[in-house]
Amino acid sequence: MSARETILGRLRRRLDGPLTPPVSDFSVMSGRGWGREERLRRFEAWITSVHGEVIHTPRADWTRVLARVLADKGIRRLALGRAHPVAAEARAALAEAGVTLVDADRPVEAWWETLFHEVEAGLTSTAGGVAETGSLWLWPTPDEPRLLSLVPPIHIAVLDAEAVEDTLFEVMERHGWAAGMPTNALLISGPSKTADIEQTLAYGVHGPRELVVLLRH
Amino acid sequence: MSVEPPGVQTFTPQAFHRQAHDALGNPQIRANFRSAMDGLMGKRREAFADWELEALRELGASVRLRALAQLPDLLERLEANCQANGIRVHWAEDGEAACRLIRELCEARGAKAVIKGKSMVTEEMHLNAHLETAGIEALESDLGEYLVQLNDQTPSHIIMPAIHLNTDEIADVMHDKTGIPRTRDVDAMTAAARAQLRERFMAADVGITGVNFAVAETGTLCLVENEGNGRMTTTVPPVHIAVTGIEKVVEQLRDVAPLYALLTRSATGQHATTYLNMISGPRQAGEQDGPEEVHLVLVDNGRSAIYQDDELLDTLRCIRCGACMNHCPVYTRVGGHSYGTTYPGPIGSILMPHLMGLEATKDLPTASSLCGACGEVCPVKIPIPALLTRLRREAVGEGRGNVPGAGSKRTRTEAAAWKAWQWLATHPGAWRGAAGVAGKLGPLTPSKLGPWSDHRVAPKPARHSLHALIKRHRSATDEEGQS
Ligand code: SF4
Repeated sequence: MSARETILGRLRRRLDGPLTPPVSDFSVMSGRGWGREERLRRFEAWITSVHGEVIHTPRADWTRVLARVLADKGIRRLALGRAHPVAAEARAALAEAGVTLVDADRPVEAWWETLFHEVEAGLTSTAGGVAETGSLWLWPTPDEPRLLSLVPPIHIAVLDAEAVEDTLFEVMERHGWAAGMPTNALLISGPSKTADIEQTLAYGVHGPRELVVLLRH
Repeated sequence: MSVEPPGVQTFTPQAFHRQAHDALGNPQIRANFRSAMDGLMGKRREAFADWELEALRELGASVRLRALAQLPDLLERLEANCQANGIRVHWAEDGEAACRLIRELCEARGAKAVIKGKSMVTEEMHLNAHLETAGIEALESDLGEYLVQLNDQTPSHIIMPAIHLNTDEIADVMHDKTGIPRTRDVDAMTAAARAQLRERFMAADVGITGVNFAVAETGTLCLVENEGNGRMTTTVPPVHIAVTGIEKVVEQLRDVAPLYALLTRSATGQHATTYLNMISGPRQAGEQDGPEEVHLVLVDNGRSAIYQDDELLDTLRCIRCGACMNHCPVYTRVGGHSYGTTYPGPIGSILMPHLMGLEATKDLPTASSLCGACGEVCPVKIPIPALLTRLRREAVGEGRGNVPGAGSKRTRTEAAAWKAWQWLATHPGAWRGAAGVAGKLGPLTPSKLGPWSDHRVAPKPARHSLHALIKRHRSATDEEGQS
């Protein structure tokens, strides 16, 4: 008999008989009743409490703010996608900015060394935000692959204010996650961190040490 | 027989008393745990301040119970949906079978270097040692696990593996084992580890991780972490092998939301971890990164036996948050290594007897004052104190006898003593007679009563029993009343 059959058989022939599944009451996961201001206030408070940086910008102006962030942080090599409007607008705006734009929309094996050793920041769009936990949610795509938000030392994420919702539970339900999960779905709350050395917080242990959210209004 | 490298300290549950005694006498260990646990308890309290905690715990418990109530069906559903997503699913009856299976998967790829994300179930089966015998090097990438591995130790906490080490000790390990200049600067040490591990991620043939929740509905594997090493392990190497106990399945994707809310707050007092990484398949055509192969190894290793019993079943609700150990007055004093088991603290004491048998672990269920703190903080409401008492009964052969090693702690003398006590206590005449004799012989009773009197004064029977005193008092007042 295979291990599978043995295990399932043991579970099915349970000594104390079959169990009745309880019904779960999920009401505590939603119904926060926050208005737009409150929602954004909470999002910002939480994400900054874990070392994330939030920069507000009018939508029309966002690429100028991006250029300033790159200049302030001395970023000269930025990896980004191409097709997503965020990437397309950034490319157009940064063409003359003296920043080397590194294409992320190609098999990672093709730019392995550049990605791990040269790129200083990765720019991504986000699908939305979660106010309750100060989180971003991302469904990486061939245009903006998974490692773009992980390997470079700085992650710059573009978020639209109206895409911030109250709770993770509501995001999952409203956007029908269960009906079709992507290869990788991510919730990101701050830069990479560890407290493994005597509870002292340190950032950037494996992933980015800085997370900059450009919050577009 | 495995040969331990020199200087490695091995801990066993059989030697719990000696190990606990040693740890209690080590001020460094006590200070390291005390300060860490105090901090964690405070943070957890704050993190739940905004919540209807009882309603959330109730929901967490019901999510876990709902999954267990349908466990065989959900495992089949998980398998079918994972396969539909391109994830290959394997089953292993015990740790040895799982190790073999994982080694074969590695060998099929000609793998020599494995990078690991944090996984307690692979600790449970000693996977690293097994892979090593096959010439495959398994390197831990979670910073705490990495430090513990460099130091030839095992984790002393399920969430914070290196909690027993302080900054100075870690500075020594980093300097001695990796050759970096000696520094106490946490940022510098972290940066050094980042650089060392990055090279290893890029060179790894296979990534191995645990799983926090496996979603049957969508065939999704959820990994909860702060460092990003889990994301690296599941994205960079060409093969990802996820290993999980069969109990970690949940029915629906929405079930993840409350469990995630409970896990991060209970474990470290965080409102969210840096990453919730949800994987539903290998790299698809047209995608730029991610592994070509994803495997899921479902490990039983004693869980289906726990599953048989209505009371013991609750053990399987655990989401491995570590809150029970952070709040345990025993764990916070003796530390994680004293238990000598993969899972220390209260969860270890209710789980390890099933995995290793009560004969080896009989001291663990009694390593508790039954103060109830563990049960009160458990995010999925596992009645840990009740399970501890159940295992105490099983150990002395007074339970249902369905725990491996049941009855191994029973001694004839103890059993006879309790039997005699029971008989006396239900026979008032004999009781009074015995109490009278004990009172007369009081001075002769021994002052050493085994471990009981190590830190206490042995009790001496009073000259006159309470019963006799009341009787005398009554007759005296009666006489007064009459006169
Ligand atoms: S028993 Fe409860 S408190 Fe302890 S680790 Fe498991 S879930 Fe957490």
